[in-house]
Amino acid sequence: MAVIEKIPASGLIEKFPGGGIILTTGESVLKWSKASSLWPLTFGLACCAIEMISTGAPRFDIDRFGAGVFRASPRQCDVMIVAGTICVKMGDCMKRLYAQMPEPKYVIAMGNCAVSGGIFYHDTYSVVKGTEALGIPVDVHIPGCPPRPENLLFGLMKLQEKIRNEKRGS
Amino acid sequence: MEAVKENLQTEEFWVNMGPQHPSTHGVLYLEVKLSGETVVDLITHIGYLHRGMEKIAENRTYTQFIPFTDRLDYIASMGNNLGYVLAVEKLMKTEVNDRAKYIRVIIAELQRVASHLVGITTFAQDLGAFATPLFYGFREREKIVELFDEICGNRLTYNYMRIGGLQFDLPKGADEKIRAIVKYMRPKIDDLESLFSSNVIFTARTKGVGVLTKEKAINYSVTGPNLRASGVKWDLRKDEPYLCYDRFNFDIPTGANGDSWDRYKVRIEEMRQSLRIVEQAIGGLPDGDPTVKIGRIIKPEAGASYMRTEAPRGELGFYIVSDGSAYPYRMKIRSPSFSNLAVLSELSKGIKVADVVCVLGSLDIVMGDIDR
Amino acid sequence: MAVDAPEKQVEIQKEALLEAARRLFSEGFDNLHCVTAVDKNDSIELVYIFYSMGSRACTILKTRLALNDLAVESLANIWRSADWLEREVYDLFGVKFLNHPNLKRILNPDDWDVHPLRKSFERPDIVKKTRY
Repeated sequence: MAVIEKIPASGLIEKFPGGGIILTTGESVLKWSKASSLWPLTFGLACCAIEMISTGAPRFDIDRFGAGVFRASPRQCDVMIVAGTICVKMGDCMKRLYAQMPEPKYVIAMGNCAVSGGIFYHDTYSVVKGTEALGIPVDVHIPGCPPRPENLLFGLMKLQEKIRNEKRGS
Repeated sequence: MEAVKENLQTEEFWVNMGPQHPSTHGVLYLEVKLSGETVVDLITHIGYLHRGMEKIAENRTYTQFIPFTDRLDYIASMGNNLGYVLAVEKLMKTEVNDRAKYIRVIIAELQRVASHLVGITTFAQDLGAFATPLFYGFREREKIVELFDEICGNRLTYNYMRIGGLQFDLPKGADEKIRAIVKYMRPKIDDLESLFSSNVIFTARTKGVGVLTKEKAINYSVTGPNLRASGVKWDLRKDEPYLCYDRFNFDIPTGANGDSWDRYKVRIEEMRQSLRIVEQAIGGLPDGDPTVKIGRIIKPEAGASYMRTEAPRGELGFYIVSDGSAYPYRMKIRSPSFSNLAVLSELSKGIKVADVVCVLGSLDIVMGDIDR
Repeated sequence: MAVDAPEKQVEIQKEALLEAARRLFSEGFDNLHCVTAVDKNDSIELVYIFYSMGSRACTILKTRLALNDLAVESLANIWRSADWLEREVYDLFGVKFLNHPNLKRILNPDDWDVHPLRKSFERPDIVKKTRY
């Protein structure tokens, strides 16, 4: 009961006064649980990875959003936080990692490099210009070089918002 | 039954580790040849973070390249800033004033503490101490990061050093904060040390594992704490003093055996020495204006120079060739982790596969530094 | 200050490299700190930076290779640090090191046939930043 009272989506859940009966749709509970336990992939590419770890560390505590369980295997993950510069050599591995993740899967492009190549956009021969250039669809772009942990948390909240408002079949 | 036994045979096999692996500290790919659990051969593949920095350098002015140095060894960005600006200053034959030197020393040493905190605690994480030491390390590091944030406006990529000075002077009240950090950090380092040193698992897994002899370390050009752990008393801050390191009292900690334990121990002791330097430097901080006086477009005369500094992970060298224009003709970044990692395959032969992670963690590498 | 201590710079013919290196090693230069190359358009200059831990001396050895003959003796059998550093030079400049234990590309993908740090290196997908 205590858990149910914490569900923030007001209107989705109706409780009869004094009774133990709860009315809701299965879909909204599913969406709520999906959004509240986003397990990210332990996938630090470059500098942003350090800020990603900082976000996981006590000061910023990503666990408050249910996304603190960093999994080392893509098969146990819901969200891939692309934290860093994607290089040509790494591109194929990234595509394979994304393919290995089970549906539903989400991608957060953290930092300018993952968004568009960032400061490595010009004059370099070995940098892929963003996650989408690899053909991996991105749900949330977080600019910054590197983004502050607050930015990552905001991006995560945006992703949760997106999941909660998902239409069926989309 | 007998027939089955006769037909049983063992076979060596290859295991891939990485490029996405929780204990390879980034995108490192190891090919490990195993016989049972013993490593027979290990091939290191790097380049998964090769961003072509040296090519970029040829198309940026000297000042424009400073932000790129932040992204080399991203755990110790200030150390790279410093190494680069000192190399250009050596090429231009200029020197900065005393206040700038002192502030650079303070910043570089605080960065060393922050970097070693990450290095040691991720090492412990690799050995199976999941998250707890890492959280301690990052909590302590956050103090220094916050200070840097206040000084230059970013948490990780600072872009603070300038050719011929600094971007800003220290903000008001920063010296008090630095003193407070030194005071705060000392007992925390003791805590960390007692947390690891008294841990039976940590001791058992590091002592005698991955022994790097003195001769081998020098032959492989291993530098920094890893070299000192092998018993070589060599520190550029003492042996080739740059900035004003010759004015401070500090010791060079060395190890006796060159195993993973020594490499951890040397880092702990180095943090203490760094705090000592910071304390002395903040006490004798001279007055003056440390901000940069040289214009943004710098044209050093044609020639080449090599400058190496003691970055947290070892000796960081910049070989810069100038053709007299505003752009470097060629810049080679001799990164410490590159040479430190080269020794891994040598150290790994004959040990158990779980200890490869231990050796790798104790070498404390950063992929951005290796691949450039 | 020791930083300003003059580094001894020696330019030698490439045929004499191995012999000079052996002599340096016997003189106590136990640390081959850095191996790199500079593309001088008409030739490629190899730069070896040696340090001696004992006497704190530094020697920079330079040798020039003609573009049509990019091959030189490897020093990886004397200093193990040269192994990776020479592989990097091979990868980025295309200089072949003879008798190298494992001369393969190190940073770039194995199937590339270009050497990106050459001045002549061009690729259509590189976005160039305008210069001042």
